[in-house]
Amino acid sequence: MTEVVVTGLGATTPLGGDVASTWEALVAGRSGVHQLTHEWARELPCRIAAELAVEPSEVLPRVRLRRLDRSEQIALVAAQQAWDDAGLSDDLDKERLGVVFGSGIGGALTLLAQDDILEESGARKVSPFTVPMLMPNGPAAVVGLEFGAQAGVHAPTSACATSAEAISWAADMIRAGRADVVVAGGAEAVIGGLPMAGFSSMKAMSTRNDDPEHASRPWDRDRDGFVMGEGSGALILERREHAEARGAKIYAVVAGSGLTSDGYDIVQPDPECRGGGRAMAAAIRQAGIDPKDIGHVNAHATSTPVGDMAEVKGIKREVGDHVVLTATKSMTGHLLGGAGAVESIAAILAIAEGVIPPTINLENPDPALDLDVAANEARKVELNAALNTAFGFGGHNAALLFTKA
Amino acid sequence: MALSRDEIREGLSDILEEVAGVNPDDVADGKSFTDDLDVDSLAMVEVVVAAEEKFGVKIPDDEVANLKTVGDAVSYIEKG
Repeated sequence: MTEVVVTGLGATTPLGGDVASTWEALVAGRSGVHQLTHEWARELPCRIAAELAVEPSEVLPRVRLRRLDRSEQIALVAAQQAWDDAGLSDDLDKERLGVVFGSGIGGALTLLAQDDILEESGARKVSPFTVPMLMPNGPAAVVGLEFGAQAGVHAPTSACATSAEAISWAADMIRAGRADVVVAGGAEAVIGGLPMAGFSSMKAMSTRNDDPEHASRPWDRDRDGFVMGEGSGALILERREHAEARGAKIYAVVAGSGLTSDGYDIVQPDPECRGGGRAMAAAIRQAGIDPKDIGHVNAHATSTPVGDMAEVKGIKREVGDHVVLTATKSMTGHLLGGAGAVESIAAILAIAEGVIPPTINLENPDPALDLDVAANEARKVELNAALNTAFGFGGHNAALLFTKA
Repeated sequence: MALSRDEIREGLSDILEEVAGVNPDDVADGKSFTDDLDVDSLAMVEVVVAAEEKFGVKIPDDEVANLKTVGDAVSYIEKG
């Protein structure tokens, strides 16, 4: 069977403007969550979020920024890093280059800003770039254009499972023989009044406004909802022979992936994590490895009361009770459509570096938590395989299994 | 008082720099928006809207097609 490997990583997150700074902060256990000082946040039930550590305006030219939604800007930043990291160059066969890049919500901030212009100044003042900025396939299209991808540019949207699903599609694209190299990932940038008010109305967000750094606390008894973050992660997936032929460094193998749907509820997680568990089982089956060889799970764990513990049940059932869990959302906040990619990067680096980043703020573990967590401090451990999970509103489940290069 | 051609060109140059990143040194009457200055059709929409606001003129959509060069635009705005 065709083997798919990871040869490049890129990210811009609340912890750093690239993979190295993000990883350093993750291992050190630093929180990226802060109080929002914007005027629009003043009356919101949730006034905390994990904003980007490095503004895209520090990286991209001004005119470029004007024509891209913030989610597209950061997709481009992360993808360019991954491209450079993989040592890819323009002489690549573009007909064998694909892109699978998603966003959970798309250009909502552009939509809202242009709607304000429409209301205040009329239709003629609405930007001609409005549609390419707000379309949910925007990040994929922008990345595809940047590198001239011609094997296919795809944009999965499955809420918070989006970028994990993107990596799964990308691996499938290579396994199906449709591409040799695929830029995969996701981006989300919707920290703004309406998206935050919407999530708050669902009672999904933390209201620990006076203590932002401790607000995202997966599996802790006192968790009260997720904290929104913004960011993007990008991975270069490549057919192993193609990577070896050009002498690329290989971070890890995408050994298996699983995608399922709950068929249960539009937003509530299945309390038994049946769909999530089936995704994990499918990834393990495709990889053809013994679950005992999986030493680590970078869990979806968003710090919501129901979801966190349901997932633990699924992991215990499908992977076993020997794994060390972590929830890096305790530091990055929830990157929504960017989460799966950034957390896959964390899982891959955990294998490559032999370090599992901590789950911070786990002060009083939920009484039902009966698995080992790298709580509050990074854990040094030799890993042969690690799993990443991502679940999204709509009942979308994704699991990705990475193994040592 | 009506603006001189130089003043209009300078104002237009500011707009081109702001919305399309055009180097002001490249802006001259003989330059084509699309062929010389790399201002594509979407960017041109932004230029027109900004010029209407700046110079207090109306530039109807069917007129925009005739404004091929910087000089064309300066002349149109000059006529008011």
